[in-house]
Amino acid sequence: MSGPPGSRGVVVAAADEIPVGGRKIVEVDGRSIGVFHLPDGYVALRTTCPHESAPLCEGILTGAITSPGPGRYHYDRRGEILRCPWHRWEFDVRNGRSWTDPDRVRVRSYPVTTDGGPVVVHV
Amino acid sequence: MIDCDVHNAVASDSALLPYLSARWRRHLEQVGSRTFSPFTRGHAYPKAARFASRHDAWPPSGGLPGSDLEFMRAQLLDAYDVEYAVLNCLYRAPEQRNADFGAALAAAVNDWQVEHWLGRDARLRASLTVPFEFPDLAAAEIERAAAHPGFVQVLLYPRTSAPLGRRHYRPIFEAACRAGLPVGIHAASTTPGPITASGWPSYYIEDHTGLAVAFQAQLISLIFEGVFDRFPDLRVVLMEGGFAWVPALMARLDALQERLGDEVPDLAHPPSYYLRHHVRITTQPMEEPERPGDLVPLLREIGQEVLMFSSDYPHWDFENPHRAFRTRVPADLHQRIMVDNARAQYRFTS
Repeated sequence: MSGPPGSRGVVVAAADEIPVGGRKIVEVDGRSIGVFHLPDGYVALRTTCPHESAPLCEGILTGAITSPGPGRYHYDRRGEILRCPWHRWEFDVRNGRSWTDPDRVRVRSYPVTTDGGPVVVHV
Repeated sequence: MIDCDVHNAVASDSALLPYLSARWRRHLEQVGSRTFSPFTRGHAYPKAARFASRHDAWPPSGGLPGSDLEFMRAQLLDAYDVEYAVLNCLYRAPEQRNADFGAALAAAVNDWQVEHWLGRDARLRASLTVPFEFPDLAAAEIERAAAHPGFVQVLLYPRTSAPLGRRHYRPIFEAACRAGLPVGIHAASTTPGPITASGWPSYYIEDHTGLAVAFQAQLISLIFEGVFDRFPDLRVVLMEGGFAWVPALMARLDALQERLGDEVPDLAHPPSYYLRHHVRITTQPMEEPERPGDLVPLLREIGQEVLMFSSDYPHWDFENPHRAFRTRVPADLHQRIMVDNARAQYRFTS
């Protein structure tokens, strides 16, 4: 299975290498990319945080707390919000957009395919 | 680059045992830490991150962030080509309610710094830990330990039991001047009283923000109590209290002095004079205006000699020296903030 037109597929992990909930940080053409195995598939993000260049993909995967009003909280999207290990900026691991400022701040995300075999990131 | 605020950590209390007398070793083991702060082991508010540190700053050797020099070299000193780094050890010696125990711990921390840090890397300098709530003991520790050329500053915290300008604290400034050292005041979430001027808030975010207010209170006190007039050689460094508030505060104080100055007629200069001539401020946590370019006029207004770069490694709000400003700072100003101001303040040779 191929990625988007014009992209190049790079094998970054064997089929069963990254457990669900796990990740692998790889170098592709001198760029550091974090590959995450979510319950329904893989996603990949540039490792470098757009804020101060921290290793974003080494941060913890957490959930999103939203509140419809004072005293009421919802905790969902468990394991899908990536928190920077330095300043705690949070990103949606599925699309690389900042949780608090999605239109202005984002980290590059890459398509990932497996086709039943090894994990391929399309750069 | 010169980094004016780096934290080395005492890995555990047992690391200090070799530097304590039998009497205080026994005290440490049997009684332990009892501080002015309401929480003896932790802090009044849970920090944003474990040990207030970068998630990636826990050394592979297993100790606390900032406790492993090799790892500090890899993550900071070598990674960013640091010329000098000023260590501010935040071990809780100065907060001990038992004055003599606090003094013994402070001396132990200083001797431990000489052996394990200053003696092991030529780029390192350190602040002296002193039991500042007991100024006579603090002055004695400055006298005892300041002779080591690696110590470049005396370390205080901004939330003290009274404003630092009160005459009670004079022995510290006197001893610092005699030793030729600046007095550095570094953010700490520790406090003998309520953590804000208005009492106890609910959240860490309030504690963290309130630090800037504590620094302002100290600066106001030092100026109007005449500390700088009494000690003309005194230099003070404010560390980790922000700086966007500086122009507004100085303008207000200068204006007020014209109206209310009769109360303090012996003040020799306008308040802003003392800031520019006696006070230096470290940059972390960097101000991050909505439009990043707005930072430059602010830097200029504060004065080109006042600010000194700091990273706050290994803490969670660490500043990457290559990315801290998020805007283009003119080269001459950048050079002053990253290198020259600290070199002059701490008399580093190049």
